[in-house]
Amino acid sequence: MSMTLTTRQVGDVTVIDASGRITLGEGSTAFREKIRELTASGNKKVLLNLADVNYIDSSGIGELVSGFTNVTNQGGAFKLLSLTKRVEDLLQITKLYTVFEVFDDEAAAIRSFN
Amino acid sequence: MTQDSDRIHTDIQLDSKLESVDHGEEIVLQAARAIGFDEDDIHRIGIAVRESLVNAVTHGNRFHGRKKVHLRVLVAPDSLTVEIGDEGPGFSKDSVPDPLSAENILKQSGRGLLMMQAFMDEFSVTPRPGAGSLVRMVKRRHAG
Repeated sequence: MSMTLTTRQVGDVTVIDASGRITLGEGSTAFREKIRELTASGNKKVLLNLADVNYIDSSGIGELVSGFTNVTNQGGAFKLLSLTKRVEDLLQITKLYTVFEVFDDEAAAIRSFN
Repeated sequence: MTQDSDRIHTDIQLDSKLESVDHGEEIVLQAARAIGFDEDDIHRIGIAVRESLVNAVTHGNRFHGRKKVHLRVLVAPDSLTVEIGDEGPGFSKDSVPDPLSAENILKQSGRGLLMMQAFMDEFSVTPRPGAGSLVRMVKRRHAG
């Protein structure tokens, strides 16, 4: 039930593959730490793959927003890939669907950073 | 409204700890599954209940060791009613900033009430007799 985060590099884009639940507590803290680690080491092109995330609570949504603002405030870009229907619904309800750039195709997402 | 046919499934007190959130959510989801809600509705109910329990523990009782979260679950053939009470200072949902407004859209917090209202068919917050707030949420099972 907990969340796992794996990062990989595709060119100069860092892809974070998330799976599990992003909720108050361990899940949202781990995500925050990961974004902090990436921005501190100069990775400013971040693509978050949510294909295996079915459950995000308001705390998790807050961490996505925080990640977005942290990366963009440093001149970078933070985009989302492969939303499940449930996560897409949450972003629609919270009107964040219009804030994030969202992609279904990883190659197209990677190209969009350049 | 609660009907005479509603049966009390659960009426318990939980400690003001985050562990209680998972426990309370699972209790409500067991009741929802027994009623026959589909998986999408189970997901919506779970998030709404989770948000309310987190609010009760963190904003209401502020993790106070002696304050309890009161969880009551009522079941009927086609509906689920969840009541979550805290022993905090109380709040009005009108005092919570609109998370959809331009100035709040990028704030890190403040979306819990919005999600509860979006995912449940009825939602209300009233003063809890004695102290605190009582959130009452109803989800109806739709035919088909």
